[in-house]
Amino acid sequence: MAFDKMELRDIEVWDGNFAAAQALRQCQIDVVSAYPITPSTPIVEGYAKFLADNYIEGEFVMVESEHAAMSGCIGASAAGGRVATATSSQGFALMVETLYQASGMRLPIVLNVVNRALAAPLNVNGDHSDMYLGRDSGWIQLDAYSPQEAYDLNFIAFRVAEDHDVRLPCMVHQDGFMTSHTAQGVKTMDDDTAYSFVGDFKPMNDMLDFEHPVTHGVQTEEDWHFEHKARQHNDLMTKVMPKIQTAFDDFEKLTGRKYNIVEKYDMEDADIAVVCMGTSVETAREVAKEMRGKGVKAGVVGLRVIRPFPFFEVQEALKDVKAIAALDRSSPNGAPGMLFNELAGALYNTDTKALLSGYVYGLGGRDLTKKHLTDLYSELQANVDAGKVLTPLQQFIGVRGPKLQFL
Amino acid sequence: MSEMKKIKNLKEFSTSADRFEGANLLCPGCAHSIIVREVLNATNDDLVLAASTGCLEVCTAVYPYTSWDASWIHIGFENGSTAVAGAEAMYKALKNKGRLKQPDRNPKFVAFGGDGASYDIGFQWISGCMERGHNMMYVVLDNEVYANTGGQRSSSTPIGASATTTPAGRVSYGETKNKKDMMSIMAAHHIPYAAQVAPNKWKDMVKKIQHGMEVDGPVFINAVSPCTTEWKFDPKDTMHITDLATDSLVFPLYEIIDGHELNITYRPKNVVPVEEYLAAQGRFKHLFKDEYKYLIKEWQERVDANWAYLNRREEARV
Repeated sequence: MAFDKMELRDIEVWDGNFAAAQALRQCQIDVVSAYPITPSTPIVEGYAKFLADNYIEGEFVMVESEHAAMSGCIGASAAGGRVATATSSQGFALMVETLYQASGMRLPIVLNVVNRALAAPLNVNGDHSDMYLGRDSGWIQLDAYSPQEAYDLNFIAFRVAEDHDVRLPCMVHQDGFMTSHTAQGVKTMDDDTAYSFVGDFKPMNDMLDFEHPVTHGVQTEEDWHFEHKARQHNDLMTKVMPKIQTAFDDFEKLTGRKYNIVEKYDMEDADIAVVCMGTSVETAREVAKEMRGKGVKAGVVGLRVIRPFPFFEVQEALKDVKAIAALDRSSPNGAPGMLFNELAGALYNTDTKALLSGYVYGLGGRDLTKKHLTDLYSELQANVDAGKVLTPLQQFIGVRGPKLQFL
Repeated sequence: MSEMKKIKNLKEFSTSADRFEGANLLCPGCAHSIIVREVLNATNDDLVLAASTGCLEVCTAVYPYTSWDASWIHIGFENGSTAVAGAEAMYKALKNKGRLKQPDRNPKFVAFGGDGASYDIGFQWISGCMERGHNMMYVVLDNEVYANTGGQRSSSTPIGASATTTPAGRVSYGETKNKKDMMSIMAAHHIPYAAQVAPNKWKDMVKKIQHGMEVDGPVFINAVSPCTTEWKFDPKDTMHITDLATDSLVFPLYEIIDGHELNITYRPKNVVPVEEYLAAQGRFKHLFKDEYKYLIKEWQERVDANWAYLNRREEARV
C-alpha cells in the first residue's frame, strides 16, 4: 500500500514539535523507535498519527523505555535504513549509554532533543542540561531556535549524518515549550521537494545484506580502542563542518533560507557580544537592537552547531570584540559554564583581548527577560570602559535570594 | 515459509553449517559454543543475530576478528533483544517498501544473552520485546552466574551455589535465594512459544528451535549452559554435567505453547538423585559438610515438587 502525499500550505502554523514531526514524515523514515517524554512527546505522537492516516510507510516501534528506544534505533539503523526518534531530559539521560554506542558504531540516526532540565528537583520545563549531557557522546549537535528551524534542521541532519564520509548520528535541539509548544508561521516545502533534499537512504554495511554478513559492535581493548575513538573524533573534527556548510548552502539554494554554523547578529563592528543558544538568541538580538539605539555597539553570536564545536567560526566572529558574555542555560555544578569554558578554550591562543564573563540563566524554564539582557550588556560595556572584568566571572541571572556569583 | 531443515544424525548436524566458527576465545568445555552451534545449525535460513555483553560476545567479536558468518550485532549488556527487535522492524519496513536487497530471503532474528543479561539487567528489554510481538527468538545461555565478570551471583544462581558475591564461608552456604522462574514469567507474556533446552538433548533442541523459528511472533528459549570455570568441573565433563542436570530434573526440558499449554519433552528413564548433580560441581562442594546436608535434602524436595507441578500442568491441558 503506497502512502499518500500531504498537501501543505506555503506557510503553516506549527509549533516546534509538529514541525519536527512533519520533517520526519517528509524524510520518509523507515523505523521510528520511541518512548514518550514531555516536552518532546508530540513529535512521536504526530508521527504516529501520520502513520495512522497513511501519510507514512514504515515501522513505528513503541518501546518500553528511552534506553530501549535508542537500542531499537541502533538495531534498525545497523540493519540499513533511515531511523529517527525524539526525547528530552530524563529520557535523554537514560539514553546516554546507547548514545555512545550509536556514534561508536557510526550509525546515522537522527534524534530530536527537546531540551529540558534534569532532575532533581523534577522539572518539565526547558533548559540546556540535557543538551550539555550529550556533548561528549560523539553525536553531531545542531540547535534550532524556532519551529521553522526545527523543521529545516531535521533535513540538514539526515543529509549530513547519512553522508558516507560522515556516518555519525545527529541531534537536533530545540527549547522545551518555548520552541516545542509555541506555534509560529513555518515556511514549508512540498513533500517531493523536501524528500529530494535528503534523497534515498544509501545503506552501508547493512545487516540485511545476506551476501555480505557484517559484525557490528565489536570488542576492542587497549590494542585498538584508541584508534577507533581517535578516528571517530578526527572525523567529527575534520569532516563534519564542511558537510554541514555544504548542506546549508544547498538548503539555501532550495529554499532561500540561510543558515550559518555560527549565527552572527550585528557583529561587524560590535564592541560587546552575547554568545548563547536556543530561544535566547532571538531575545538577545532584540535587546542588541535596542542597545544600538542607545549608541552601544552590541552584537549577538548564536551557536547553530554545538558539536563539533565551531572553534574557527567562533574565533572569527569574536576576534574584534572587547567584552563577551557566555550565557549558559545549565547548572555548571562545580565549574564555570560549558559555553564559558569552551569559549575560553577557543579564544585563549588568539590575539583577542576580549574580557570574558559567564552567566548562568533560565534553569528549569525561568524566563530570560529583556531587562536581564539590558543589564548584562551594560555590565559588559562597563567592563570595556574599565578595561577589566568588574564583576565575578560567574553570575546567576534572575535567581531569588542573595545574589549568586563566584570566582 | 521456508522449508524446514532435515537432519539425519549428529555428525551431519554438527557439521551442516559453519556460521559460528570454532575460532573463538570461549573456555575449553564451555557449553555456550555448543548451544550456539546447535541453534544456528537447526536452520538453513539467513540469520540476523545479536548478543548481549557477556562471555559469548567478548569471546567472538574481538576486533579485527569475528567468529560470526552471519550478520551480528552487539550493543550493550541489556539490549541484545531490542537490537534484534529494531533490525526486525527495519526488515518489515524495507520489505513493505520493496527495498530489500535480496527480497526472496526469509531471515530469522535471534538474540543471545547470558542469565545476567536476561534474568537481571536486560529483563525489561526482553519483556518489552515479548509484549510487542516481534518476530524473533531470544535464547538465554543460562550458566546461572555472571561468568564474564568473574562469577558473581545472578537471579538465576541456585540456592547453595557459592558465587563471588555470595561466597560460601564460615557462616554462609552461598546463594540464599531461589532461582528466578523465567519460563513462567516469559510464558505469562502469552508468547507463542517458550522452551527449556539442553545441549546434550540435541534432537529435542533442534525440534524446539525449528518450531520456534517457524512460529510467527516472539520465542523464548532457556538453554542450560554448564560453566566449567564457575561451576568448577573438568572441561571434558560438560556433557556429563549437562546429562546430570537434565536427568536429575534440576533442569527439566519442557515447552509452553501460547503461554499455557505445557508439554514435558524429556522424561529420563532413570532419574538421577540431585545429590549426584551437586556433587559433580565445585560450587556446591560445601553443601556436603554435615551442617549443610539438610540443604541437599531441600534441593531434592524442591526439584521433586517442581517436577510434580510440571506434570500437573501438562496433565491439566489448560
